[in-house]
Amino acid sequence: MVLLTLLAAITIGIVRMRNLFGVVVLGGIYSFLMASVMIVLDAVDVAMTEASVGAGISTVLMLGALSLTKTEESVPKHLPLLPVFVAVATGAVLVFGTFALPPFGVAETPMNTHVAPYYLQNSIPDTSIPNVVTSVLSSYRGFDTLGETTVIFTAGIAVLMLLKGKRHIKPGPKRRRVSR
Amino acid sequence: MKLDVIFRVAAKIFIPFMLVFALYVQFHGDFGPGGGFQAGVVAAAMVIFYAIIFGLDAAQKIFPPRIIELMVPAGVAIFAGVGVASLFLGNDYLDYSPLMHDPVHGQHIGILLVEIGVLVTVAGTMVAIFYSFIGRGR
Repeated sequence: MVLLTLLAAITIGIVRMRNLFGVVVLGGIYSFLMASVMIVLDAVDVAMTEASVGAGISTVLMLGALSLTKTEESVPKHLPLLPVFVAVATGAVLVFGTFALPPFGVAETPMNTHVAPYYLQNSIPDTSIPNVVTSVLSSYRGFDTLGETTVIFTAGIAVLMLLKGKRHIKPGPKRRRVSR
Repeated sequence: MKLDVIFRVAAKIFIPFMLVFALYVQFHGDFGPGGGFQAGVVAAAMVIFYAIIFGLDAAQKIFPPRIIELMVPAGVAIFAGVGVASLFLGNDYLDYSPLMHDPVHGQHIGILLVEIGVLVTVAGTMVAIFYSFIGRGR
Protein backbone atom coordinates (compact mmCIF):
# COMPACT_ATOMS: atom_id res chain seq x y z
CA MET A 1 0.00 0.00 0.00
CA VAL A 2 2.83 2.37 0.91
CA LEU A 3 4.63 1.44 -2.30
CA LEU A 4 1.55 2.04 -4.42
CA THR A 5 0.98 5.43 -2.78
CA LEU A 6 4.59 6.38 -3.51
CA LEU A 7 4.12 5.20 -7.12
CA ALA A 8 1.08 7.45 -7.50
CA ALA A 9 2.93 10.41 -5.98
CA ILE A 10 5.87 9.94 -8.35
CA THR A 11 3.55 9.63 -11.34
CA ILE A 12 1.93 12.97 -10.45
CA GLY A 13 5.41 14.44 -10.05
CA ILE A 14 6.45 13.20 -13.50
CA VAL A 15 3.31 14.66 -15.08
CA ARG A 16 3.72 18.07 -13.44
CA MET A 17 7.46 18.47 -13.87
CA ARG A 18 8.83 20.46 -16.80
CA ASN A 19 12.53 19.77 -16.25
CA LEU A 20 13.31 16.63 -18.26
CA PHE A 21 16.38 15.74 -16.20
CA GLY A 22 14.18 15.53 -13.12
CA VAL A 23 11.68 13.45 -15.08
CA VAL A 24 14.39 10.94 -15.98
CA VAL A 25 15.51 10.66 -12.36
CA LEU A 26 11.91 10.26 -11.19
CA GLY A 27 11.47 7.57 -13.83
CA GLY A 28 14.40 5.68 -12.34
CA ILE A 29 12.84 5.96 -8.87
CA TYR A 30 9.55 4.74 -10.33
CA SER A 31 11.30 1.66 -11.73
CA PHE A 32 12.93 0.88 -8.38
CA LEU A 33 9.56 1.18 -6.62
CA MET A 34 8.04 -1.11 -9.25
CA ALA A 35 10.85 -3.60 -8.58
CA SER A 36 10.00 -3.46 -4.86
CA VAL A 37 6.35 -4.16 -5.70
CA MET A 38 7.49 -7.20 -7.72
CA ILE A 39 9.53 -8.45 -4.76
CA VAL A 40 6.46 -8.09 -2.53
CA LEU A 41 4.61 -10.22 -5.08
CA ASP A 42 7.42 -12.85 -4.89
CA ALA A 43 8.43 -12.33 -8.53
CA VAL A 44 12.16 -11.93 -7.92
CA ASP A 45 13.20 -12.51 -11.54
CA VAL A 46 10.88 -9.79 -12.78
CA ALA A 47 12.06 -7.45 -10.02
CA MET A 48 15.67 -8.00 -11.06
CA THR A 49 14.85 -7.26 -14.68
CA GLU A 50 12.88 -4.16 -13.76
CA ALA A 51 15.67 -2.82 -11.54
CA SER A 52 18.44 -3.44 -14.06
CA VAL A 53 16.60 -2.47 -17.25
CA GLY A 54 14.07 0.09 -16.05
CA ALA A 55 16.18 1.89 -13.50
CA GLY A 56 19.64 1.20 -14.89
CA ILE A 57 19.97 1.01 -18.64
CA SER A 58 16.94 3.03 -19.69
CA THR A 59 17.87 5.87 -17.31
CA VAL A 60 21.33 6.00 -18.87
CA LEU A 61 19.91 5.91 -22.40
CA MET A 62 17.40 8.65 -21.50
CA LEU A 63 20.24 10.80 -20.18
CA GLY A 64 22.15 10.12 -23.40
CA ALA A 65 19.11 11.24 -25.37
CA LEU A 66 18.80 14.33 -23.13
CA SER A 67 22.34 15.34 -23.99
CA LEU A 68 21.20 15.62 -27.62
CA THR A 69 18.13 17.78 -26.89
CA LYS A 70 16.94 20.56 -24.62
CA THR A 71 16.37 19.82 -20.95
CA GLU A 72 13.22 21.92 -20.59
CA GLU A 73 9.87 20.73 -21.85
CA SER A 74 8.06 23.43 -23.84
CA VAL A 75 4.70 24.61 -22.52
CA PRO A 76 1.79 23.16 -24.53
CA LYS A 77 -0.11 25.71 -26.60
CA HIS A 78 -3.60 24.31 -25.97
CA LEU A 79 -5.31 22.16 -23.38
CA PRO A 80 -4.56 18.44 -23.97
CA LEU A 81 -8.24 17.45 -23.88
CA LEU A 82 -8.08 14.54 -26.33
CA PRO A 83 -5.02 12.87 -24.70
CA VAL A 84 -6.64 13.27 -21.27
CA PHE A 85 -9.82 11.65 -22.57
CA VAL A 86 -7.88 8.74 -24.14
CA ALA A 87 -5.84 8.19 -20.96
CA VAL A 88 -8.86 8.32 -18.64
CA ALA A 89 -10.92 6.06 -20.90
CA THR A 90 -8.12 3.46 -21.20
CA GLY A 91 -7.57 3.54 -17.44
CA ALA A 92 -11.29 3.13 -16.78
CA VAL A 93 -11.46 0.12 -19.12
CA LEU A 94 -8.44 -1.45 -17.41
CA VAL A 95 -9.90 -0.90 -13.92
CA PHE A 96 -13.20 -2.33 -15.15
CA GLY A 97 -11.26 -5.36 -16.43
CA THR A 98 -9.72 -6.01 -13.01
CA PHE A 99 -13.19 -6.54 -11.50
CA ALA A 100 -13.49 -9.80 -13.46
CA LEU A 101 -10.09 -11.10 -12.31
CA PRO A 102 -10.07 -13.84 -9.67
CA PRO A 103 -8.88 -12.78 -6.19
CA PHE A 104 -5.10 -12.67 -5.76
CA GLY A 105 -3.43 -15.94 -4.78
CA VAL A 106 -6.45 -18.24 -5.04
CA ALA A 107 -5.47 -21.81 -5.94
CA GLU A 108 -8.46 -22.73 -8.14
CA THR A 109 -7.93 -20.05 -10.78
CA PRO A 110 -7.22 -21.13 -14.38
CA MET A 111 -3.65 -19.84 -14.29
CA ASN A 112 -2.87 -22.06 -11.30
CA THR A 113 -4.66 -25.18 -12.56
CA HIS A 114 -3.74 -25.28 -16.27
CA VAL A 115 -0.01 -25.94 -16.91
CA ALA A 116 1.61 -24.41 -13.83
CA PRO A 117 1.30 -27.59 -11.67
CA TYR A 118 2.92 -29.62 -14.46
CA TYR A 119 5.89 -27.24 -14.59
CA LEU A 120 6.24 -27.19 -10.81
CA GLN A 121 6.16 -30.97 -10.52
CA ASN A 122 8.30 -31.86 -13.53
CA SER A 123 10.95 -29.13 -13.58
CA ILE A 124 13.39 -31.06 -11.38
CA PRO A 125 12.88 -34.52 -12.98
CA ASP A 126 12.97 -33.10 -16.52
CA THR A 127 15.73 -30.51 -16.33
CA SER A 128 17.28 -30.77 -12.81
CA ILE A 129 16.86 -27.00 -12.48
CA PRO A 130 15.37 -25.75 -9.21
CA ASN A 131 14.46 -22.30 -10.51
CA VAL A 132 11.23 -23.03 -12.37
CA VAL A 133 11.24 -19.59 -13.98
CA THR A 134 14.45 -20.44 -15.82
CA SER A 135 13.31 -23.89 -16.92
CA VAL A 136 9.97 -22.56 -18.17
CA LEU A 137 11.59 -19.64 -19.97
CA SER A 138 14.39 -21.55 -21.67
CA SER A 139 13.12 -25.10 -22.04
CA TYR A 140 9.36 -25.50 -21.86
CA ARG A 141 8.78 -22.17 -23.56
CA GLY A 142 12.06 -21.96 -25.44
CA PHE A 143 10.32 -20.93 -28.62
CA ASP A 144 8.84 -17.86 -26.92
CA THR A 145 12.23 -16.88 -25.57
CA LEU A 146 13.77 -17.26 -29.01
CA GLY A 147 11.11 -14.88 -30.27
CA GLU A 148 11.89 -12.46 -27.43
CA THR A 149 15.58 -12.51 -28.26
CA THR A 150 14.73 -11.88 -31.90
CA VAL A 151 12.61 -8.90 -30.82
CA ILE A 152 15.60 -7.44 -28.94
CA PHE A 153 17.78 -8.10 -31.97
CA THR A 154 15.31 -6.38 -34.29
CA ALA A 155 14.87 -3.42 -31.97
CA GLY A 156 18.61 -3.01 -31.60
CA ILE A 157 19.15 -3.15 -35.37
CA ALA A 158 16.39 -0.61 -35.91
CA VAL A 159 17.80 1.85 -33.37
CA LEU A 160 21.28 1.42 -34.81
CA MET A 161 19.99 2.10 -38.32
CA LEU A 162 18.24 5.26 -37.13
CA LEU A 163 21.12 6.63 -35.07
CA LYS A 164 24.16 5.48 -36.99
CA GLY A 165 22.84 6.21 -40.48
CA LYS A 166 25.38 7.86 -42.74
CA ARG A 167 25.04 11.62 -42.50
CA HIS A 168 25.90 12.47 -46.08
CA ILE A 169 23.33 11.94 -48.80
CA LYS A 170 24.43 9.98 -51.85
CA PRO A 171 24.36 12.12 -54.98
CA GLY A 172 21.67 10.57 -57.13
CA PRO A 173 21.36 11.08 -60.88
CA LYS A 174 18.66 13.76 -60.64
CA ARG A 175 19.21 15.00 -57.11
CA ARG A 176 21.24 18.11 -56.43
CA ARG A 177 24.57 17.37 -54.85
CA VAL A 178 24.45 18.05 -51.10
CA SER A 179 27.80 19.00 -49.79
CA ARG A 180 28.67 18.75 -46.15
CA MET B 1 38.65 13.57 -19.27
CA LYS B 2 39.91 15.35 -16.17
CA LEU B 3 37.59 13.63 -13.76
CA ASP B 4 38.10 13.25 -10.08
CA VAL B 5 40.69 10.67 -9.15
CA ILE B 6 38.26 9.17 -6.65
CA PHE B 7 35.91 8.24 -9.49
CA ARG B 8 38.67 6.53 -11.42
CA VAL B 9 39.97 4.52 -8.47
CA ALA B 10 36.46 3.56 -7.39
CA ALA B 11 35.63 2.51 -10.95
CA LYS B 12 38.73 0.37 -11.18
CA ILE B 13 37.74 -1.39 -7.96
CA PHE B 14 34.09 -1.80 -8.96
CA ILE B 15 34.35 -2.97 -12.56
CA PRO B 16 35.74 -6.49 -11.93
CA PHE B 17 33.03 -7.11 -9.36
CA MET B 18 30.38 -5.95 -11.82
CA LEU B 19 31.64 -8.46 -14.37
CA VAL B 20 31.73 -11.21 -11.74
CA PHE B 21 28.21 -10.31 -10.69
CA ALA B 22 27.04 -10.48 -14.31
CA LEU B 23 28.57 -13.94 -14.69
CA TYR B 24 27.09 -14.99 -11.34
CA VAL B 25 23.63 -13.87 -12.44
CA GLN B 26 24.18 -15.71 -15.72
CA PHE B 27 25.32 -19.09 -14.40
CA HIS B 28 23.40 -19.03 -11.13
CA GLY B 29 20.18 -18.32 -13.02
CA ASP B 30 19.41 -22.04 -12.89
CA PHE B 31 19.33 -22.02 -9.12
CA GLY B 32 18.33 -18.50 -8.13
CA PRO B 33 16.81 -15.44 -9.70
CA GLY B 34 18.50 -14.26 -12.85
CA GLY B 35 19.34 -15.48 -16.30
CA GLY B 36 20.69 -14.36 -19.61
CA PHE B 37 18.63 -11.21 -19.91
CA GLN B 38 19.51 -9.76 -16.52
CA ALA B 39 23.15 -10.81 -16.85
CA GLY B 40 23.38 -9.17 -20.27
CA VAL B 41 22.05 -5.92 -18.87
CA VAL B 42 24.52 -5.99 -15.96
CA ALA B 43 27.41 -6.67 -18.33
CA ALA B 44 26.28 -3.80 -20.56
CA ALA B 45 26.06 -1.58 -17.48
CA MET B 46 29.68 -2.41 -16.77
CA VAL B 47 30.76 -1.24 -20.22
CA ILE B 48 28.63 1.91 -19.93
CA PHE B 49 30.08 2.65 -16.49
CA TYR B 50 33.58 2.32 -17.90
CA ALA B 51 32.71 4.59 -20.81
CA ILE B 52 31.24 7.24 -18.50
CA ILE B 53 34.28 7.32 -16.23
CA PHE B 54 37.13 6.88 -18.71
CA GLY B 55 35.60 8.29 -21.86
CA LEU B 56 34.10 6.76 -24.98
CA ASP B 57 37.41 6.29 -26.80
CA ALA B 58 38.96 4.27 -23.99
CA ALA B 59 35.87 2.08 -23.79
CA GLN B 60 35.81 1.54 -27.55
CA LYS B 61 39.45 0.52 -27.46
CA ILE B 62 38.61 -2.37 -25.11
CA PHE B 63 35.17 -3.17 -26.49
CA PRO B 64 35.38 -2.25 -30.20
CA PRO B 65 32.06 -1.24 -31.79
CA ARG B 66 32.56 -3.77 -34.56
CA ILE B 67 32.64 -6.67 -32.09
CA ILE B 68 29.74 -5.22 -30.11
CA GLU B 69 27.63 -4.98 -33.26
CA LEU B 70 28.62 -8.52 -34.21
CA MET B 71 27.32 -9.69 -30.81
CA VAL B 72 23.78 -8.53 -31.62
CA PRO B 73 23.05 -11.17 -34.30
CA ALA B 74 25.51 -13.70 -32.84
CA GLY B 75 23.36 -14.31 -29.76
CA VAL B 76 20.26 -15.02 -31.84
CA ALA B 77 22.41 -17.33 -33.99
CA ILE B 78 23.58 -19.24 -30.88
CA PHE B 79 20.00 -19.61 -29.69
CA ALA B 80 18.68 -20.76 -33.05
CA GLY B 81 21.77 -22.90 -33.59
CA VAL B 82 21.07 -24.88 -30.43
CA GLY B 83 17.60 -25.51 -31.80
CA VAL B 84 18.98 -26.65 -35.16
CA ALA B 85 21.50 -28.90 -33.39
CA SER B 86 18.75 -30.69 -31.51
CA LEU B 87 16.86 -30.93 -34.80
CA PHE B 88 19.84 -32.69 -36.42
CA LEU B 89 20.18 -35.02 -33.45
CA GLY B 90 16.73 -36.35 -34.19
CA ASN B 91 14.46 -34.43 -31.85
CA ASP B 92 12.11 -31.48 -32.00
CA TYR B 93 13.36 -27.94 -32.57
CA LEU B 94 14.64 -26.46 -29.27
CA ASP B 95 14.19 -29.76 -27.42
CA TYR B 96 17.57 -30.04 -25.72
CA SER B 97 17.30 -33.63 -24.49
CA PRO B 98 19.57 -35.23 -27.16
CA LEU B 99 22.48 -32.82 -26.62
CA MET B 100 23.95 -35.15 -23.99
CA HIS B 101 23.64 -38.88 -23.39
CA ASP B 102 21.40 -38.25 -20.42
CA PRO B 103 18.26 -36.28 -21.44
CA VAL B 104 18.14 -34.41 -18.11
CA HIS B 105 21.76 -33.39 -18.49
CA GLY B 106 21.05 -32.44 -22.10
CA GLN B 107 18.25 -30.15 -20.95
CA HIS B 108 20.60 -28.51 -18.47
CA ILE B 109 23.33 -27.92 -21.05
CA GLY B 110 20.81 -26.70 -23.62
CA ILE B 111 19.39 -24.15 -21.20
CA LEU B 112 22.89 -22.91 -20.38
CA LEU B 113 23.78 -22.49 -24.06
CA VAL B 114 20.52 -20.74 -24.83
CA GLU B 115 21.01 -18.36 -21.90
CA ILE B 116 24.46 -17.51 -23.20
CA GLY B 117 22.84 -16.62 -26.53
CA VAL B 118 20.39 -14.32 -24.76
CA LEU B 119 23.26 -12.73 -22.80
CA VAL B 120 25.27 -12.02 -25.94
CA THR B 121 22.37 -10.42 -27.80
CA VAL B 122 21.14 -8.33 -24.87
CA ALA B 123 24.58 -7.05 -23.86
CA GLY B 124 25.51 -6.31 -27.47
CA THR B 125 22.29 -4.45 -28.18
CA MET B 126 22.45 -2.31 -25.06
CA VAL B 127 26.08 -1.32 -25.55
CA ALA B 128 25.60 -0.68 -29.27
CA ILE B 129 22.64 1.62 -28.59
CA PHE B 130 24.65 3.44 -25.93
CA TYR B 131 27.62 3.86 -28.28
CA SER B 132 25.46 5.29 -31.04
CA PHE B 133 23.71 7.70 -28.65
CA ILE B 134 26.95 9.03 -27.24
CA GLY B 135 28.79 8.99 -30.55
CA ARG B 136 26.10 11.14 -32.15
CA GLY B 137 26.44 13.98 -29.68
CA ARG B 138 30.00 14.75 -30.67
